[in-house]
Amino acid sequence: MTDDATSKARRLRFEIFRFNPEDASSEPFIDTFEIDERPYMTLYMALNEIRETQDAGLQFDFACRSAICGSCGMMVNGRPALGCRTLTADLPEIIRLHPLPAFKLIGDLSVDTGVWFREMAERTEAWIHEQLPFDKDAPEQRMSDDIAAAIYEGDRCIECGCCVASCGVANVNPDFLAGAGLNRVARFMMDPRDARDDADWFEVVAGSDGVFGCIGMMACADVCPKELPLLEVYAYLRRRTLGTKFLND
Amino acid sequence: MSSQIISTDVLVIGGGLAGERCAIEAAAAGQEAMILSLVPPRRSHSCAAQGGMQAALGNCVKADGDSPYVHFLDTVRGSDWGADQEVANIFAEEAPVAVRELAHYGVPWTRVRGGKNKYFIHGESVEIDEPLENEGLITHRDFGGTAKWRACYAAAGTGHAALYAVDSEVVRLGITVRDRVEAISLIHDGTRCSGVVARCLRTGEYFAVMAKATVIATGGYGRIYGRYTTNATINYGDGAALALNTGIVPLGNMEAVQFHPTALSPSGILITEGCRGDGGYLLDKNLNRFMVEAEPEKQELASRDVVSRHMMQRIQDGDGVDSPNGRHLWLDIRHLGEKHLTTKLLEVFDICRDFAGINPANDLIPVRPTQHYSMGGVRVNKDGEAYGMAGLYAVGEAACWDMHGFNRLGGNSLAETLVAGRIVGACVAEYASGTMLAANTALAFEALSVAKKSENEWLQRVGNGRSVYEIRDALGEVMITKVGIFRNGADLGGAVDEIQVLIDECSQAVLRHKGPGANPELAFALRLPGMLRLAMTVAMGALARAESRGAHFRTDYPLRNDREWLNRTLVRWQPNATAPKLSYEPVGIINVTPGHRGYGSDERVAMEVTIPDYNASVLDAQEREGRLASVDLMGSRLPQSDREKK
Repeated sequence: MTDDATSKARRLRFEIFRFNPEDASSEPFIDTFEIDERPYMTLYMALNEIRETQDAGLQFDFACRSAICGSCGMMVNGRPALGCRTLTADLPEIIRLHPLPAFKLIGDLSVDTGVWFREMAERTEAWIHEQLPFDKDAPEQRMSDDIAAAIYEGDRCIECGCCVASCGVANVNPDFLAGAGLNRVARFMMDPRDARDDADWFEVVAGSDGVFGCIGMMACADVCPKELPLLEVYAYLRRRTLGTKFLND
Repeated sequence: MSSQIISTDVLVIGGGLAGERCAIEAAAAGQEAMILSLVPPRRSHSCAAQGGMQAALGNCVKADGDSPYVHFLDTVRGSDWGADQEVANIFAEEAPVAVRELAHYGVPWTRVRGGKNKYFIHGESVEIDEPLENEGLITHRDFGGTAKWRACYAAAGTGHAALYAVDSEVVRLGITVRDRVEAISLIHDGTRCSGVVARCLRTGEYFAVMAKATVIATGGYGRIYGRYTTNATINYGDGAALALNTGIVPLGNMEAVQFHPTALSPSGILITEGCRGDGGYLLDKNLNRFMVEAEPEKQELASRDVVSRHMMQRIQDGDGVDSPNGRHLWLDIRHLGEKHLTTKLLEVFDICRDFAGINPANDLIPVRPTQHYSMGGVRVNKDGEAYGMAGLYAVGEAACWDMHGFNRLGGNSLAETLVAGRIVGACVAEYASGTMLAANTALAFEALSVAKKSENEWLQRVGNGRSVYEIRDALGEVMITKVGIFRNGADLGGAVDEIQVLIDECSQAVLRHKGPGANPELAFALRLPGMLRLAMTVAMGALARAESRGAHFRTDYPLRNDREWLNRTLVRWQPNATAPKLSYEPVGIINVTPGHRGYGSDERVAMEVTIPDYNASVLDAQEREGRLASVDLMGSRLPQSDREKK
């Protein structure tokens, strides 16, 4: 950054939701902090600076700080995003941060995504239903590279919860699978190693908690940090749910 | 947490690949397994492994002739002969099973496409005809320090795909995972471990978990290098610190710290070795491909320690690129083309866009060697059982098993987590099935009260002491400047002194926030003394080791010295001692005689004892250091015959 740009460094004002459920005296409120913007500053840097220099009690989650672990989903000026890869330069001087809705609050910006995703995985049985037990002496089952690539595309979800938080249905129906859940189902559905058939899948995704519960606002696709093709995923699920015969005709 | 003491058969600390794979093996054998994890398991740092997992399947043309024995040889050479060769051999033999098992769990490995495939090799675009009969088998990409293409991969998200598949198996088996829980101390009576004291990172409450067997699977200690690491913020070596704090269990080779050649500058985010494996170049400020001259044979694909040293030398010689955040070099993958970068290296493409604002199809990537991997860790025998403590195991990066010696090859850590997870998990299950739960609640309550006392000391301390974050940052600066890639006695001595000052300051540090709940500052404060102690073991181990081996490079002792230093550093820290104590043991039974690695320097100080004499000393020497008897005899799984070697 040039001297000229540095001289125009902004003073950022953070308005952050605060509430500590573990503190009986805590009431939800909006706290404000100001810091000087630095070149290439991310919300990861900014929030750590605030915690380390202004309020050591501030709660938030980061782990990888490289947009792959999915820990740091938060509402940034009303929109779900990963804090670690959000540059302050892309935001106005006033930055409002809230915890993701639709998840249980742990404190301040920290929410319990782990329990939500474990329950989703249990409910949809999000694992390969093996056709035969693993034989450690056999070579691997063959698979075309195109199918492997298609499965990988669905496998890229990092379970950050941004799609869930943005979902009009998930925010009123806690049982709705939402983008991440539906995407995970589709990922196993297209995997030739999974033994489940269409009737099995019908039970998982055909109801109002599944793909037909989606009202089509598609905010999930707008906010997904991995840019997963959720529109195509839902279309695939709807068509598969109505039977492969339909697809083949 | 309603109850202060809970129990299970097998307790695993850490929900990454090694811990989860270990828990799966125990649960499948009928043991009740419980995993404690700082984060939801899918957020563990295993998910950050990008480029590949080494296993000698030999499925593509450039992997032709590969075998576990060739993989074993590469691993031993990579380790600069610091590895336990039996463990390296077990690893190489089991790695293909681990890769295929992951395929069974659902990992979408990239597959062989029969027919013409375009690759970049040694700077040339090459077309290779993959035989149609291999169509659909798991394919490989090139990585550093290997004789054959061996890394199995799923784009540049291999760790992510592996972790999700393994965690789905954990869910399938119904294994209990308690996320946002931190292990604070081990419960033990001096000879046997019976669980841990843990702290809930949601509520701040303490509880004890009593178990027949306890497994440390907490990953590496990269965060003692502050921000100069590729590691996640959760990799501060908590498991190694737990073991060190017993005063009984030694840590092995703590000075063996790997620097990855290509971390994005300045953020330190990893850019996979797969970039160079797929044909990427390193360039200096004059856009000169300096690795061709430095390592004519392997070029950019020498081992990480060697490439990182050439890069740092380049920067020190004034050929680095100036930037406001210090000097860096360039990684050039433009010639691979946008299609390759947005499929096989998609995660690299995203990281460049998100964290450097560049498109690697058009732009050079600013990179710099950065702390990446901890070869050192809790010293265990080949079953994963800790020296000196029955019922305590360690696995994965947290352990010093020790297949990596002084330098790990790229792609070998992902493979280690799964291979070792299976093997150690089976040993843990067998141990647990043959023992009763030692529900000595008096020990547990005592450990709980010690932990709470330590927390109260933090909460009650007042004054004008430094903040824990300042001390953390100061530690990172000491480590990167004095215990980095190029080391020397004066700097290392200075580092020991400075870390001692930080330890003293830590005991006077004052919390800024003392509110109820998990309290993020308190949680960090409880980690900091362990980080400082680990840093001290790294610095002291490096100061004492007067040679250069693998990633440990002493400018004042630039040669590998097999006469005096063909050994493993062990370090223990007695509970009230002011400093840790170092000792040494033989690396293990030697099968491949120490020689030239095939890259890097060919000069060294030769062994004086004969190999048979060296080997005859190993068992007694290791038992003196507390090695517990393994299920199978030492040496039973070394490469046996010439036939097997083929």
